[in-house]
Amino acid sequence: MMSSKPFVEFNSVWLAYNDELLAKQQFAVEDINLEIQSGEFIAIVGPSGCGKSTFMKLTTGLRRPTRGLIKVDGEEVTGPLKISGMAFQAPSLLPWRTTLDNVLLPLEIVEPHRSQFKAKKAEYEHRAVELLKRVGLGGYERQFPWQLSGGMQQRASICRALIHEPKMLLLDEPFGALDAFTREELWCILRDLWTEQKFNVILVTHDLRESVFLADTVYVMSKSPGRFIVKRDIDLPRPRDLELTYTSGFADVVHELRGHIGALRGSQSGTPTQGTGTPTAT
Amino acid sequence: MKWSKKLEASSPWILLIFTLLLWQAVCTVFSVSDFIFPSPTKIAQELMQYSAIIGAHAWRTYWVTMAGFGLAIVVGVLLGFLIGSSRLAYTAVYPLMTAFNALPKAAFVPILVVWFGIGVGPAILTAFLISFFPIMVNIATGLATLEPELEDVLRVLGAKRWDVLIKVGLPRSLPYFYGSLKVAITLAFVGTTVSEMTAANEGIGYLLISAGSSMRMGLAFAGLVVVGVMAMIMYELFSYVEKHTTAWAHQGSQNR
Repeated sequence: MMSSKPFVEFNSVWLAYNDELLAKQQFAVEDINLEIQSGEFIAIVGPSGCGKSTFMKLTTGLRRPTRGLIKVDGEEVTGPLKISGMAFQAPSLLPWRTTLDNVLLPLEIVEPHRSQFKAKKAEYEHRAVELLKRVGLGGYERQFPWQLSGGMQQRASICRALIHEPKMLLLDEPFGALDAFTREELWCILRDLWTEQKFNVILVTHDLRESVFLADTVYVMSKSPGRFIVKRDIDLPRPRDLELTYTSGFADVVHELRGHIGALRGSQSGTPTQGTGTPTAT
Repeated sequence: MKWSKKLEASSPWILLIFTLLLWQAVCTVFSVSDFIFPSPTKIAQELMQYSAIIGAHAWRTYWVTMAGFGLAIVVGVLLGFLIGSSRLAYTAVYPLMTAFNALPKAAFVPILVVWFGIGVGPAILTAFLISFFPIMVNIATGLATLEPELEDVLRVLGAKRWDVLIKVGLPRSLPYFYGSLKVAITLAFVGTTVSEMTAANEGIGYLLISAGSSMRMGLAFAGLVVVGVMAMIMYELFSYVEKHTTAWAHQGSQNR
């Protein structure tokens, strides 16, 4: 399953949001080096405003790096990739569209679906309905987003990110606004979808348990400068069950990661770093 | 519960009737002359007596207003779309538009008369000038305040700026648009009437001036009532359209 050629490759990537900040040598992310294998599930954890979302923008091509090289699927990223899907903390569904039409939105935009959308509408709708069923939203296709609960909206948002069968799924704190039980339920849904389809996942989160439960590899990011400071392979056996989160092995990994983040904070308060006002869009 | 809802629904009528009764009472008790401040019954009498004349003037004011308002919708939507979708256009156009909007539109009437002569032209243009601004501003606001995350979701898929505008920007600004129509239509009636007062031989504005100069206060008030009623009917019409086309905007929850 693991091919030798990485699917995503970051080669000393730096990003300053504009020329002014570049002149002041204030970078949102610094010297990011990373290799993600095809089908790998990675998680990025770190304090707020550490450049996690910047990392996502770089990976999808929404932002070009100031220095360094980013390759996805063997090719340099020069503009928005059409092989990725995104979901954020806010479900950001369109209130004038039904849940079904919201999920169908990417197919109206991305090729080759765009040009065949009218002709194959029934087929696409069927696909969307199946996907909604998969995340527990069967029967809610004709409801509007504002008729759904927060957790249900988030499920629909994940369906929207997956409907065009992207090779890469980017999740920016997708479960951050949900209650603990809904969150765990959605962890399992995401785990199952990933196990079936084996797309690449990049999950940005504050929640260490979430990252350890779901990911193959966890990266810890430091705040200003935004750098990766720790890479931790999670070798807990799969398939993973929620029960796993209560075992001591799991707790040890979480504790270890927590230690890194703790150390990070300690060192920061000890030695004041330059550039506190680094803008990072989280 | 049901009773209080009924009360709420009929409250505008109750207030109207109360106001009319009070007005009538004041006029009767203090025996105010009809030349100074006509009572509701006097106004109603005048309305009946001159219904044909008032009707003709009202029709003229109505279609002139609608012509100016239609023009305002076209120009307002186009300009709003332009400045809402381009930062450059927004920066360039907005200050100029604000300055223009601050000018009293009644001051344009003499100029318009020089250009177009007495009649339909100045009235339509005054209605247009006074009412396109809110439409333009609302369309622009709707387009310019797009959530960045929503834009990212689409741009990641390779959506062009145009796609984002059509799929998200325009539907999203529809509630703003209908909201602005309600404001704009009332302004358009003001524009027409003001223009007709000096630059027309027809319309409610003209009727007001000629009734006033011959001391027929009952007739003048009847004219005012007719304009008010027309504006209110159009307002309610757009309010109805707004509720039935953009119901999603009145649900609240999603957009926090």
